[in-house]
Amino acid sequence: MIHSQLIKKQRMILFTSIFLVIATAIISLGIGYSSVSYDRIIPTILGNGTFKEEFVLFSIRLPRIFITILCGMALALSGAILQGVTRNDLADPGIIGINAGAGVGITIFFLFFPIDAGSFVYMLPFIGFIGALLTAFSIYVFSYEKGKGIQPIRLVLVGVGFSMALSGAMIVLISSAERQKVDFIAKWLTGNIWGADWPFVLALLPWLIFLVPISFMKAQPLNLLSVNEPVSIGVGVNLQKERMILLLVAVGLAASSVSISGGISFIGLMAPHLAKSLVGPRHQLNLPITIFIGGWLLLLADTIGRNILEPDGLPAGIVAALIGAPYFIYLLIKKA
Amino acid sequence: MTKTKRTLPYSIKFVGGTIIFVLAFIVSMIFGAANTSINDVWAALSSSTVSDQAMMIREIRLPREIAAMLVGAALSVSGAIMQGLTRNPLADPGLLGLTAGANVTLAISIALLPFTNYFSIMIICMIGAAFGAFLVLGISSIKKGGFSPFRIVLAGAAISAFLTAIAEGIGLYFKISKEVSMWTAGGMIGTTWTQLQVISPFIIIGIIIALCLAKPLTILSLNEELAVGLGQNIRRIKTILFIVMVLLAGASVALVGNLTFVGLMIPHIVRAIVGTDYRAIIPMSTVIGAAFMLMADTLGRTINAPYETPVAAIVSLIGLPFFLLLVRKGGRNFG
Repeated sequence: MIHSQLIKKQRMILFTSIFLVIATAIISLGIGYSSVSYDRIIPTILGNGTFKEEFVLFSIRLPRIFITILCGMALALSGAILQGVTRNDLADPGIIGINAGAGVGITIFFLFFPIDAGSFVYMLPFIGFIGALLTAFSIYVFSYEKGKGIQPIRLVLVGVGFSMALSGAMIVLISSAERQKVDFIAKWLTGNIWGADWPFVLALLPWLIFLVPISFMKAQPLNLLSVNEPVSIGVGVNLQKERMILLLVAVGLAASSVSISGGISFIGLMAPHLAKSLVGPRHQLNLPITIFIGGWLLLLADTIGRNILEPDGLPAGIVAALIGAPYFIYLLIKKA
Repeated sequence: MTKTKRTLPYSIKFVGGTIIFVLAFIVSMIFGAANTSINDVWAALSSSTVSDQAMMIREIRLPREIAAMLVGAALSVSGAIMQGLTRNPLADPGLLGLTAGANVTLAISIALLPFTNYFSIMIICMIGAAFGAFLVLGISSIKKGGFSPFRIVLAGAAISAFLTAIAEGIGLYFKISKEVSMWTAGGMIGTTWTQLQVISPFIIIGIIIALCLAKPLTILSLNEELAVGLGQNIRRIKTILFIVMVLLAGASVALVGNLTFVGLMIPHIVRAIVGTDYRAIIPMSTVIGAAFMLMADTLGRTINAPYETPVAAIVSLIGLPFFLLLVRKGGRNFG
């Protein structure tokens, strides 16, 4: 059983990370190109703000903060699952090509299908999911070796190859398209939180509500899978089935978030690592923390990006890469 | 030596490669957005007729195809050197951070030095390429005994992501992302004779130096101790080869922007044909690389004419199956 002291520690850290998310969200609310001063935030929420204050708060700042937190959460959880299932510390939905797969799916959809403004937002995560699923499947097939299973390093390498080729494919598609659509996709690719409006929150939320509990329920099989295959078989885990379910969950989480936020790497890498170093490798304990750290990291990245450069801001994906890549290198050196 | 295993003498293989190259050149000159026949091309190149078509061929298509040739040769040779130097079958200027490094310095220079001419841009790209390579190779040498080939590629991917983010950030911050991406994703659109005049000497000299150092490179690629034992001044040879590699990669970034996979694929294809001796690999890489880029560029120009499909995209699409194959083999058959 899990030691009660550890549980206490986990609670503490969990609350701290939730507090961090909330604190950063509040700071983020108040700063920006068109800001609402801090002493006006509570009156505005209570309905006593001016039109401008209400507009900035409810239609610009809040949806964006929600989206960012949700995307960060989804990416982090996806990364944690991928790292466990593939037994690879370097797995991240962005690095191993799932983002690019979702991107190609969305690009194709965007360019070649008539777009219905009403349902477009809700279709995006599905399309992204299909694209990402195909990519994940191909990566899986190509990195699987008979008798040895998935080779962790090979998985990442195949993923890197795929993500490059898919970016190439995306460019081929884009270059045959109309100017306006191209601008949109180019912006989307850099990981700009573009879908900062309430419908996007609604499009993303069901995926999280559905997939997060599943991954929590699968924490135990995930523990076993991340140890090694013989052990999991030995204690009676249906290896193929659990792995499939977990991978589907991971892909679904990554795709839904990427379809809203664009290509953001490294959040899914960093958050699980931080969580694991805080509370250890048990997924029951570290998954909740992973989620909040992920939400916090992306929110932080977006807040920095938004304010470092006015009025357009630096895409959160760029800030995340600037913070995340050195961390990746650090892991690479440490584990080599 | 592996002479006994060779089925055909090297000279015949090289002539074969050259024929492919010449054919690729002819094809690339004939096909394009504007219809031209082989007679038109011949007339434009051999006489001084002044028709629209001849002008088009001489001033637009010819410099462009020469650029394709040079870049293909430069990247292939640079990749071959890199694979030999690092004894890493997955080495490629694009994979190991050279192109991303060049992007960063390019973005910085466009942001801070508004009046840059072509020559300085090329030098800047070379400095950036050296910087990127230093970062990746430096990081992988921190660990005692160095990284495995796979891990170096991962370090390269991370460094590239990092440097690309910096380049994009600079582009957005100084509101020059359009100019930067024009350089980095530009492909060979609008290559002029002036650009070629500046850049081609560097590429040609680089390839010649590489040819001269092919023998020590072969020994280095087998075993470093062996090279010392045979009385080579390893440090000097390595430094020169590194400079040549950066020179070639930097020059090609300046000419066409980012191109991954050419430097990876061509040397491997060549190795499969001519064996592991770099005296054979480097000349063959030059012609095959040039032929490959000519074909890729022709494809890019005609696939969706009159619009251009960026050649980088085509190359990375062709490159993926190849990369997968290499990863599958695990580099066992290398060297």
